[in-house]
Formats: sequence, C-alpha cells, structure tokens
Amino acid sequence: MDTVRGKPAEIRIGGLGVSEGVRVGKAFVYAPVRLEEAEETKTDAPDREIARLHEAKARCLQDLEQLIAQTQEKLGEEKAVILKGQVSMLNDPVFFPPMEQLIRQEQWSAAAAVRKVTERTAGLFESMPVEYMRERAADVRDIGGRMLTYVIGREVSRLSDIREETIIVADDLTPSDTVQLDRRFVLGFVTRIGGKTSHTAILANSLGIAAVLGAGSGIDSIRTGDLLVIDGTTGECVIHPDPSTVEAAREKMRLQEESRQQLQAYANQEAVTVDGFRAEIAANIGTPEEAAGLPEQGAEAVGLYRTEFLFMSRSAMPDEETQFQAYKQVAESMQGRPVIIRTLDIGGDKELPYLELPHELNPFLGYRAIRLCLDRPELLRTQLRAILRAGAYGTLKIMFPMISGLQEWRQAKKMCEEVRAELHAEGVPIADKVELGIMVEIPAAALQADRFAREVDFFSIGTNDLVQYTVAVDRMNERVSGLYDYFHPAVIRLIKQVIDASILHGKWTGMCGSMAGDPLAAPLLVGLGLHEWSMSPSAIRKIKREITRLNAAECRTLAERILDMDTAAEVREALEAFRA
Amino acid sequence: MVSKQATIRNAAGFHIRPAQLFTEQAGKFQSQINIAVEANGVRADGKSILGLMTLGLQQGSVITITADGPDESEALEALVSLVESGFGEA
Repeated sequence: MDTVRGKPAEIRIGGLGVSEGVRVGKAFVYAPVRLEEAEETKTDAPDREIARLHEAKARCLQDLEQLIAQTQEKLGEEKAVILKGQVSMLNDPVFFPPMEQLIRQEQWSAAAAVRKVTERTAGLFESMPVEYMRERAADVRDIGGRMLTYVIGREVSRLSDIREETIIVADDLTPSDTVQLDRRFVLGFVTRIGGKTSHTAILANSLGIAAVLGAGSGIDSIRTGDLLVIDGTTGECVIHPDPSTVEAAREKMRLQEESRQQLQAYANQEAVTVDGFRAEIAANIGTPEEAAGLPEQGAEAVGLYRTEFLFMSRSAMPDEETQFQAYKQVAESMQGRPVIIRTLDIGGDKELPYLELPHELNPFLGYRAIRLCLDRPELLRTQLRAILRAGAYGTLKIMFPMISGLQEWRQAKKMCEEVRAELHAEGVPIADKVELGIMVEIPAAALQADRFAREVDFFSIGTNDLVQYTVAVDRMNERVSGLYDYFHPAVIRLIKQVIDASILHGKWTGMCGSMAGDPLAAPLLVGLGLHEWSMSPSAIRKIKREITRLNAAECRTLAERILDMDTAAEVREALEAFRA
Repeated sequence: MVSKQATIRNAAGFHIRPAQLFTEQAGKFQSQINIAVEANGVRADGKSILGLMTLGLQQGSVITITADGPDESEALEALVSLVESGFGEA
C-alpha cells in the first residue's frame, strides 16, 4: 500500500475519545504475552525444555528485583512487598517444581507446563470465598505471563524502557503496568478495549494525557515507531499521517494551547452571569496534595473531598491522627475557603481488603457508604473526630454519602453531635460550627428533599450515581451505558426538586457529579438555580467562562422549556441550539 | 518432630503480606514446616506462599504448626510467635 514516495498510506481508525488533547508522536506498542498464547504441545527433548524453564525463571527474578527497587523508591515498601510475594511464588514448591514434573513425566513443552500450572494455581485463588484472595489470581497470572514471555523467547518491549516521548498502544493497561510508566514520556494512550470509566481513562484524565480507547482491531497494524496523530476529544487516531494531517494537528495543538492560556484569565474571576446570578465554583479532590494548587486554579472551595483514597492506599485502617493530619492539610491549603469532606464511601466498586467485606451479587445496591459506616460505628466515629478536630484549621463541612432516608441522616447527625460533645469534654480544640449535609445520589433522597431540607444545612447532588439509580443503568456495562445520560428528563426533574426544596428552606444545593463540569449543562443548571458547582480542577476555568457569558433570566426560561421535554435527545438539542 | 497451635490474630487473615513474612521466616530453617488447619484438617507446606494463601485462613482461625528437622524447636518458636504477633498488623 505504499505511495509513490515510499510512505505507507495514511490510515484512520476510530475509538472513544476519553481524555482531550491532540498529540503527534511515535507509537510504542506494548504487547505482553498472554497465557492463552501458549500452545499445549508435547516435547521430545524434555531436558532442553527444562533448561528453558530455568532460564526463564532466572530472568523473571532479575526483572522482579529491578521492579522491586523501582517500586520501593517510587511507591514505598508497602507496595514492594506485593512484588516480593511474586518472587516467593516463583520460588514456591507448588509452583515451579510442578512445571518441571509436567515436562519430565508427561513430556509437555515448557510453555504448556507454565500455562497449565499457572491456570491451575490461579483457579485455586479464584475459587476462594474472599474477594481479596480471588484478586490474587491476577498476580499469579501476571507472574505466569512473565515466565511465558521468556519461555517463548519473544522480545517484549517493556514500559519501563520508554525513554522518549511516545504514544502507548496496548490492548489495555493494568494498574501494575502504569506503575512502571515514566509520565514525562507519555503523550497519549491508544487501546483496543476500555471505556470512559476504565482505569486507563481515569489515569489519562488525572494526568492530562490524551487518550483514545476502545479502538478495537484498528490498532493491529500499528508498529512501534510508527508516527501517530491522536485526538482525545473526537477519538480519532491516524496511522502514518500525511504531512498535511500532521500540519493540521500541530495547528490544532497550537489553538488548544492558546485557548488554554486565554482560559487562564478566568481562574481569578468570579462566576457571575451578566445579570448578576453568582455561582460558587469548587473542585473535587481525592488526596490532600491535590488541594495545594486549587486557589491558583480558580477553585473557591472544595465541593467534594473523597476520603476513601486515604483508606484505600494502605493495608490497615488509618487511625484518627493520620486522618486528622490529612484533613488539616486540606483545610490549611484552602486558606479558609470551604471544604466539604465526604465521609467514607466504600463498598460498591471500591473495596478495602482489610475490612474483608463479603462478596455481593449487587454491590451498588448493597453494603456500602453510610450503610456500612452506621453498621460499624467506630469507623465513622473515628473519622468524625478527625474532621471536627481539623475543622479548627479552616472551614470544614461534612457530607454523608448514599443517604436513602431520614433515619440514616438523623443517626449520622446524632453521632456527629455525640462526637462533638466527647471532644469538648476532652478539651480538644474543634471548629465552632461545622455544616452538615447529605449527598443526593439515590432517587429516594431526591424525592424526599422537602423533608430533608428542614434538617440539613446543604445538599450535594452526585449526578454519577443519581443517573445510575434513576435510569437503572450500570455505567460500566458498555452494552447499556448509552442509556446513561444526565440530560434524561427524569433526572432533571429530580435535580429541580432538590434545588427548589433547599431554596424554600433557606438552604443551598451543590453538585459534585460530572454534570457540573459540562459546559453544555451550564445554562440549564443556572436556570435551575444551582448554587455550588464542584468539578475536576481542569474544568473550572471553562465553566467560569461559560457562566460569565450567560444571562440567568434567559436560562430560567430555557430551563422551564426543558422541564417540559420528553427525551434526553431533545434536551441536548435545545442546549446545543441555545449555545450556538 | 514438634508441633504447637497458634491463632491468626490480624484482621485481614493470611493475605499476601503475612504469607510472605511467614514463608520468609520458615525458609530460614532447615526443618520441614507444615501447617494444618484445625477446623478442616487441610494441610500446607509452610515454605509455600501459595499453599499458605490458599488455605483461606482468617482472623480467629486456629492452626497447628509442625516442624521436623535439626532446628525444629527454634523454628517452631519463631513461627508461632510471628503468627501470634499478628504480623505487626492491627
């Protein structure tokens, strides 16, 4: 397919644009060996196969040693112990010796022996009743795959070898793959599988790496070193781009950079519409470190501090002091600006190995968040103590997740009052006033917003779960995720009900789901009277610019029209027309 | 041959870290180490991390550790106290 000049013809493939940005760069194809690639063949030279097996093991141990050193340096001893566990597996009497036996006694090839023993061992873990142990099957497969790589003798490019700017092309990336990445060299990702909520998408977004996921078999023709142009907004990926395509891409990058700089001007502006409606613009964060640069990025508050990462990044429950230090750091970084701390939202898709939660058939409808915390009050009590103490160093507010009824809210509030009295009696300095609110993510809470509004200080609408529970759609399930849309008229009605109830009782409503950071939704949310908007820090400037261009009176008329619509498609169309 | 009972104390049971620490310790001795679960009699080689992990031991599980070899007493004492210490975890 070569053209006259010898350059292969340009090929365009499409995927899902999940992390914006146009990039031009060379491909780095990452293709680790999969167990299924090992053919189940017999050998007539068992000695040679056993020698291969030993050689492979030695090289795996070398790799692991290197990886352990890297991990210790970058992520600490805690994470390194997991890799040391892989070394032990390689040396294990029930792992390596059985491979030798399969070759010696049954004349299997080394590759077949590795596959058989790995699958059998992984199977043992997969049949265990505890989730944490079932997940260890992945470690076993990982180490088996490593062995197989050397047994087969295929040259596999390793992510840790990347030393220049590249676009990584892979089937998918696992968390253990991404540990090895040197982020300075990664321009973008192109993957075969994966959707908007996959691990890779989240990673790409948080690091500002352009990403095209789910490109399917389109990636098959890409070789390491091929020039690529990717567009993380449209999901397009061009292989062997023509010079004109590269030129156009560079022009787009230049424009993006320009508008990024123009947007910067909005960081220090308030989000006020031309007729004076003021929105408070806040940021969502997951770690105390993220709070540091927020005031410069234009955040007037933290609308959602997800505390679960503090609990997930360790092997045992963080004690009160550890939590206190983290919350205090956030409070101080925000220099008196409000910070809403969400109490532990664990369960569902987020697990804590040390809690040993039973496996559930329906985790999103199960034992999670406030349900778990009220059932194990010590968990919540410790967290509340840490928050109230940290409250002395800034303006902290507390929000309870997954509230489905008034009894849960009252129980949580009561516990908060008890903890406050306890700390007071101990003579520990605490904040005078800490506002308490609930997260509205279950339709039941939205429908009873009028009752809640009498008792809570504020609402924060979590659109991600609210849409999931209202439309009954699992956003991870790619076959139905098309139904997942916050412009569904039923969702909009619920949002209106919540905002109206809060205004009626002199309270306020915020929103911390991804809808708040979508410029298309901004006129609707202004029209509905949303007070506080919390989003990923990268969206703040764009939303501020959007709001300053709006007229709230026009937005209210638009919102009224939208409330009368039948489908999400009509809503989108109206919003797009309004924007044009 | 000597043996003694021990109870798993740490909340998360025999996950990868404790199993790693146990096999590391067991590997320092020449003696053969065996573990038997009280509740169901299932056994595993004390020097096998995979064997230990797949026993499915949880907090409160009672095990019998057996050591057999030239340094059996020291081995048994070291391993029992490691388990009883909860592997330094809560």
